[in-house]
Amino acid sequence: MSWRAVYVIVLREFKRFFRQRGRLLTTIARPLLWLFIVGAGLTSIIDVNTHGSYMQFILPGVVGMTILFSSIFSTISVVWDREFGFLREILVAPVSRLTIVAGKLLSGTALSLFQGMALLLVAPLVGLEVGLWQMLSMAVLITLLSFALTSFGLFIAARLTSLEGFNVIMNFIVLPMFFLSGALYPVEKLPLVLKYLTFLNPLSYGVDSFKHVLLTNNGMLTAELPMYVDVGFVVTFGVVMTLLSAWAFGRRE
Amino acid sequence: MAVIEVRELVKNYNGVEAVRGVSFEVEEGETFGFLGPNGAGKTTTINILCTLLVQTSGVARVNGFDCLREPAKVRSSIGLVFQEITLDNELTALENLKFHGYLYNMEKRLLERRIEEILHVVGLWERRNDFVKSFSGGMKRRLEIARGLLHRPKVLFLDEPTLGLDPQTRSNVWQFIEELKGKEGNTVFMTTHYMDEAEVCDRIAIIDGGRIIACGTPEELKSSIKGDTVYLKTSDDEKTMEELSRKFHIEAKRLKDGVAFIVDRAESFIPKLFEALSTEIQAVNIKRPSLDDVFLHLTGREIR
Repeated sequence: MSWRAVYVIVLREFKRFFRQRGRLLTTIARPLLWLFIVGAGLTSIIDVNTHGSYMQFILPGVVGMTILFSSIFSTISVVWDREFGFLREILVAPVSRLTIVAGKLLSGTALSLFQGMALLLVAPLVGLEVGLWQMLSMAVLITLLSFALTSFGLFIAARLTSLEGFNVIMNFIVLPMFFLSGALYPVEKLPLVLKYLTFLNPLSYGVDSFKHVLLTNNGMLTAELPMYVDVGFVVTFGVVMTLLSAWAFGRRE
Repeated sequence: MAVIEVRELVKNYNGVEAVRGVSFEVEEGETFGFLGPNGAGKTTTINILCTLLVQTSGVARVNGFDCLREPAKVRSSIGLVFQEITLDNELTALENLKFHGYLYNMEKRLLERRIEEILHVVGLWERRNDFVKSFSGGMKRRLEIARGLLHRPKVLFLDEPTLGLDPQTRSNVWQFIEELKGKEGNTVFMTTHYMDEAEVCDRIAIIDGGRIIACGTPEELKSSIKGDTVYLKTSDDEKTMEELSRKFHIEAKRLKDGVAFIVDRAESFIPKLFEALSTEIQAVNIKRPSLDDVFLHLTGREIR
């Protein structure tokens, strides 16, 4: 593992992120739209039968969504690099494939962590109190979920040769992952087939772990699985995907 | 010692044989050129040597390391200038070079010194803090070359290196590479379809349809042609070819626009030609043997 190579790959991704104004703006706007438009709209018709509003219920889900989009989108840079040739510059360099994967993984995770934590700042606006301990717990959980989803994105991107392909993936994997994650409605209420799909989805476990931290004390619709199951699944999924990504990047035609 | 060693190299792409049994060796310090038309298998061969592709069969070794089994060791001893642009548009020229230096684990001060030196060679020092996306095609090309030379690789692969460069920059770049070779004894492997560029090579392999059809120094290749090449444009090329064959026993090659053939002492042959041909001659051009003619002679086609 070459740390200077990891460092410079991460540095490049950060520079690109903050230089693309449109991407930055979308990143900020998307979760707020969900929270304050979809959330507010549905709050008026959904009786969550609890002490809180629907807006509070979906906050953990919207944090999860932000991480999902941010993580998968950061791995689009691999596809982008391939399309514009830059990936070859990286692939002929004397660094191991694991180094490249580590660089992309670290930058994707860090950018997602930054966005997820930023979103927590609006929690008071929907009436949720987030203390220091909760912030710290969330930071750890967001990091784990970001790592798992970025490695998943990397594994997909490693074999994709076109941006069109990436769009297909976005529609057929990422959106269903969001809808089938317990982010918008409790998993328990889903039909059986969909429920099974939900249990294969790392985002479900991540969102569930956020509910442990953000919603328990409020006595609302809360987490549905034990915390150790949530964390265990997310970490295992991330490690497996990282290994698969390193393998996929190492393959040559 | 052979720095590059290729034996019976074959590469199939989805049922198409891009490289069909290529063998050659490149000695240390040599400038070796692959000359051939587009699609001849030049880039595929380079990509196998750079460990970006895996061959279907055969052996490829660089610096004594097997490209198939020891890709990491091969990569640490080579540098590459790609045919297409592989820069990051969202970064500045300086940032692109620094990225490269860090990937190749270059010491910081050395990196800064080399960056300044090479940016002066390619004439981009003044533009170092500009984003690459604001560069013209030629400037990107120059930066690409600067980057490939930055870490002073033992073996430098240049895939159509000066495609789209103005003559001034082209000669600057070649002068720098020659100086570098003088100091450090680098081996250069390049592909090109520019004949004049191929002339700078110590040895050339002419490649066509995935096979090497001739290999030698430029002089050897040119001296394989006895005589001069005559290019003719006539009112009826078919008939001209027929008459050349019947009256002079010359088998001419049909070109896109006209015919070409090789003859001894062309100056004294041309007058006879005017007398003997019934077709109208519109243009005559005589050339001393060049690498173009070697290619034409071997394949019956022009290189472009």
